[in-house]
Amino acid sequence: MSAFRQSVEAMIPALRRYARALARDADIADDLVQDTLVRALRSERLFLGGDVRSWLYTILTNLNKNRRRSLARRPQFMPLLDNNADASGTEAEGRDIERALSTLVEEQRSVLLLVMLEGMSYREVADIQGVPIGTVMSRLARARAHVKASLDGERPPLRRVK
Amino acid sequence: MTDPKIPVTEDELHAYIDNELPPERRGDVEAWLAAHPDEAARVRSWRAMADVLHARYDSVLDEAVPRRLEIERLVRQPRRWLYGAVAATLAAFVAGGGIGWIARGAAAAPSVSQSFTLDALDAHRLYVVEVRHPVEVPGSERAHLQQWLTKRCGWDVRAPELAGLKLVGGRLLPGPSGPASFLMYESASGERFTVYTAKAATQATQMRYSSRGDDGALFWADRGVAYVVSGASDRARLTQIAQAVYDQMEKSSG
Repeated sequence: MSAFRQSVEAMIPALRRYARALARDADIADDLVQDTLVRALRSERLFLGGDVRSWLYTILTNLNKNRRRSLARRPQFMPLLDNNADASGTEAEGRDIERALSTLVEEQRSVLLLVMLEGMSYREVADIQGVPIGTVMSRLARARAHVKASLDGERPPLRRVK
Repeated sequence: MTDPKIPVTEDELHAYIDNELPPERRGDVEAWLAAHPDEAARVRSWRAMADVLHARYDSVLDEAVPRRLEIERLVRQPRRWLYGAVAATLAAFVAGGGIGWIARGAAAAPSVSQSFTLDALDAHRLYVVEVRHPVEVPGSERAHLQQWLTKRCGWDVRAPELAGLKLVGGRLLPGPSGPASFLMYESASGERFTVYTAKAATQATQMRYSSRGDDGALFWADRGVAYVVSGASDRARLTQIAQAVYDQMEKSSG
């Protein structure tokens, strides 16, 4: 296997993690990863060195943006589940963070996950999203404020339905 | 050391916990946070947020990678989709039939023999219907054809002598893992057979027969080269031709 393919292969677990958090559905997430890999492998000859990792995240981020665009006219579904008394603390926290992520706009969710989950630098995220660093920082600040508010209990109205 | 009197900005707080702050400014931010407990609590909540994110999603890293995401499998897919589309179109126009069991099997889990057979059958269907340009090099230039294909493919490509069949000629094709050679033969009645060879990871396999629509194919591999003989789905006839090809390859490579 070529060095290029090996470095792509090594990224699969991290890409799946990012996609899972981004799409919040395991099947859709793996579809995104699969499309990303197919595209990357097809463009192997077009890839002239550089950072394979950033490049893969860029493809995935763009594919998700396209996917979201095609879904944009459909209604957004919010999970109606309320806190389950039996759920352990970690599980409940996991659900809360999922819900908080779902309320973010796409660009903010992507920035938040790339920085906080995938450990990318501001510079790398700016390249991935094709925006200036300042935009990345303001998106990150807004995303953190929004998620914090959501986790702190300023919950969307549906949460109060019993 | 920067001027500690420069007020700490919101951006700097984020840069601080994301390790993006210039080292000489860290001390200032830490001092400022010590004097502003509310802001310090907010910054701590971002750390906690990162912990929750990792607790929720890091388990994905330990999951077994689904088979559909395996590189080896994906490397082969774009081409097969392409050929699949060509084959489907041809099937509709030429044979009026659908894509048979091989295509369905391949979509789920293509084995080496299946993917080679699919590629070979696609090429077979694409070119046997050609009247004027079925090949790149005509059979009348057999020596040149063999030399050219051998040079491009990297193994000894021989156009076998097949009883009752005339060599129409050959072409170079993109194969699953490099170039593939494609030879076409014709009977007196105009029946066409093709011999497709490409490098394979498999050293040697038994012959396997498969059919799709009106076409049949026999696949085998020998010394790292895969062979597919395709033609009308008359299994006995195909087996006879494949046997002849196999025997001559055996002889020629000693």
